[in-house]
Amino acid sequence: MTERVNESTIGAHGRIITVEIMGRPYSVPEGLTMLRAMWYTGHEVVRGAGCLGGFCGACAVTYRTRDDVRLRNGLACQTVVVDGMSFFLNFSYYPNRKALYDLDQLSDPKQDLFKIYPEATLCRNCNACTEACPQGIDVRDGVWKSVFGDFEKVSEMFMDCVMCGQCIPVCIADIAPNHVALYASRVQGARLTLPPENLSKRVGEIQSGKYDREWKRILSMSEEDLKVASQPSK
Amino acid sequence: MMDVIAESKTRVLQGRDERRNQTIPSQSPEERDRLVHAFHPDYKKEEYHRIRIGPNAGERTVREVAELLESDSSLPDNLDLTPQYRVDVLVVGGGGAGATAALTAKAQGAEVLLVTKLRLGDSNTVMAQGGMQVAITENDSPVTHFFDTLRGGHHKNDPKLLKVLVEEGPMAAQWLIQLGVLFDRDENGNLKTKKGGGSTQPRLLTCSDYTGLEIMRVLKDEVLNRQIPVLEFSPVVELLSDADGTCTGAVLKNMDNGQLIVVAAQSVILATGGSGRLHIEGFPTSNHYGATGDALVLAYRLGARLSHMDTFQYHPTGSVYPEQLAGALVTEGIRSDGGHLVNQDGRRFINELDTRDVVAAAIIRECAEGRGVKTPAGRVGVWLDVPMIDLLIGEGSIAKRFPAMVRQFQRYGMDIREEPVLVYPTLHYQNGGVAIDVDGQSQVKGLFVAGEASGGLHGRNRLMGNSLLDLIVFGKRAGVAAAQRAKEARVRKLTLTHVTRFRGELEKNNIKPARVAPIILPDYVRREEAPPPRPSRSLINQTPYRISPRSD
Ligand SMILES: Cc1cc2nc3c(=O)[nH]c(=O)nc-3n(C[C@H](O)[C@H](O)[C@H](O)COP(=O)(O)OP(=O)(O)OC[C@H]3O[C@@H](n4cnc5c(N)ncnc54)[C@H](O)[C@@H]3O)c2cc1C
Ligand code: SF4
Ligand code: SF4
Ligand code: FES
Repeated sequence: MTERVNESTIGAHGRIITVEIMGRPYSVPEGLTMLRAMWYTGHEVVRGAGCLGGFCGACAVTYRTRDDVRLRNGLACQTVVVDGMSFFLNFSYYPNRKALYDLDQLSDPKQDLFKIYPEATLCRNCNACTEACPQGIDVRDGVWKSVFGDFEKVSEMFMDCVMCGQCIPVCIADIAPNHVALYASRVQGARLTLPPENLSKRVGEIQSGKYDREWKRILSMSEEDLKVASQPSK
Repeated sequence: MMDVIAESKTRVLQGRDERRNQTIPSQSPEERDRLVHAFHPDYKKEEYHRIRIGPNAGERTVREVAELLESDSSLPDNLDLTPQYRVDVLVVGGGGAGATAALTAKAQGAEVLLVTKLRLGDSNTVMAQGGMQVAITENDSPVTHFFDTLRGGHHKNDPKLLKVLVEEGPMAAQWLIQLGVLFDRDENGNLKTKKGGGSTQPRLLTCSDYTGLEIMRVLKDEVLNRQIPVLEFSPVVELLSDADGTCTGAVLKNMDNGQLIVVAAQSVILATGGSGRLHIEGFPTSNHYGATGDALVLAYRLGARLSHMDTFQYHPTGSVYPEQLAGALVTEGIRSDGGHLVNQDGRRFINELDTRDVVAAAIIRECAEGRGVKTPAGRVGVWLDVPMIDLLIGEGSIAKRFPAMVRQFQRYGMDIREEPVLVYPTLHYQNGGVAIDVDGQSQVKGLFVAGEASGGLHGRNRLMGNSLLDLIVFGKRAGVAAAQRAKEARVRKLTLTHVTRFRGELEKNNIKPARVAPIILPDYVRREEAPPPRPSRSLINQTPYRISPRSD
């Protein structure tokens, strides 16, 4: 049963162009994203699609355009096909090591990085990770900043990271840069930033029962009474 | 065509000074009611059908949901149900609610298995941009949060669930921070808050416009750190029950090879999210690929009641241009920070921070009455004046606060820091769902539901930012209760009796199921024959080597 909205043609306009999907040529209208071009040409997409909104990194794709020697990486749900483009969904399922750690048990989180991801210090500055990143993150710099303990900066730089993993296979030093950065960011949030006072205060108030009497009153109200009570006071 | 757009866009720019000082009062309750009844898709009678069988028989819902509830199972009655896995708690769904429930149940000592349709984290949660509501400021309180939500939900929210949500909100935020989630802070290190639509106080916590991504990234990492076993691309296709109708496990399908996997569990938590991919009333959607309302049909067949299945949230500002982004979300944060909604004539027409149903209805009204702007692809929309934000709160604010939005439009050559965008409501959120109690338990014993899949909390319209909070608060509650239940471990039978019974009901009522469900993935594959590829030398894998003749 086909849905009332068919995603496979959204964005299509007039001109027919040729694209290659996994080495096979297809004709598709201009304006489709890569994923839509796959549906348009009859591909069932299971692996390789997730949020469809550019946030989850499931649709990691490798592509090349005509007259360009460079293989590029992107997100298939966000990249529009052009004539003469060749692409394949790379699924980004790398069996890389993700270190297991307990944030609460770290004694010196900045130093602990060297135990958790010792390879992080071996970056050879090739910059391949940065070039692979579809989110435009300066990944190489992030690895160095992690090593030098500037976790705050790393957490800001990697807020855009969709964990697509495309920086992993290109690394000649066997680093998984996104995981190094995620460690640094989580440590920054959990261990290196003071708990927010306004939040702690409210939690204290609630736990001391400050609102209990009011709740008792409210939860005994009828729907009508609640309606009246909920009108905002001017 | 483009000229009409350009001309209308000019009016947006010209009207800025005047609009800036204009205050648009909120609608009175009567006006809101009238507007919503006249223009909101929830009130389009011809789209609604009566549900014929099951616990909600007699109630009305949209055609797409009715077909889902009256669908057939994909399994034969006589399937071999020898389990491959036996666990205490089976968590179904790898979004925010599922990850939270799994972590919580595990921390309670339960043996947990998390199964999900796509990859862990591929979900609606990862896309949430606007933020999470938690009442923490001096002038705010859980009680104010309660009443704001109740008003937003047209007083149909379950007050008991709602009280739990608002009161446990601050603790939920604390838990996330302890896991390393980096909410935005002010100069004093306090959490920054922003005002969301329908709220009387600023209480949205944000991680710029990557709130959901940041939360999901952290939760997912923690699930891995805690070594909770995860089965990806293994959606639940049916629940299992014993003779009493207690939920005792589930059947999954390995999407790579089609094999079925049977899991026996003391408790099952459905955290499968929403249903935007049903494209209700033909609307495009902001939802992820797997949002096909699976929990609704799975739980319904087993006898769980659903609540508020006649109301859906259409987010007022779905993108309509560029065409590639049709249906994608333009976060409410833009309106929170002062972005105006402007019609074809350059006029504002609604208080931008009214509740979503009201703002969506107002946009539909403008377009229906000819004050919308047509895109080249034939969609209509109204302007959302994004650049106004930089004018109001300072140059660079848009880039700083909405990096994800800027990037998304930049990919199509549009700079939202400079130009307004065209928007129209998009199908966004399932207001209702499987009815639960404060422990997340459905009417079926052993079956818990958390997150967007559950119903009752949000009434007839969810207030923005309450969903992220919902999935943490009730994900935790369901996790605790499910683990607790598992401690009274009993060996229970695994049967498909409820499916057989449901099939009998369908037949008795002469219902020919329109589809097999759960749907798992929407069917977007084009069946028409594709035009043959043009013979061409341009294909890049076939570019011939050009060996230039030696010149010497
Ligand atoms: C674009 C967008 C922006 C949003 N912005 C905000 C916001 O700013 N603030 C806010 O509070 N809310 C927001 N929401 C709503 C909120 O993000 C969601 O309601 C919430 O994240 C739902 O969480 P969940 O865990 O219940 O479901 P999801 O996060 O959708 O997770 C459900 C998971 O279950 C899986 N699944 C589905 N079916 C099955 C099956 N049969 N078997 C196994 N697994 C299955 C899915 O693949 C998915 O991984 C937004 C939603 C969208 C779509
Ligand atoms: S840093 Fe790595 S994982 Fe993150 S978006 Fe860039 S390439 Fe993808
Ligand atoms: S790819 Fe690896 S070695 Fe090269 S710059 Fe990045 S982290 Fe360093
Ligand atoms: S499908 Fe999630 S980023 Fe493309």
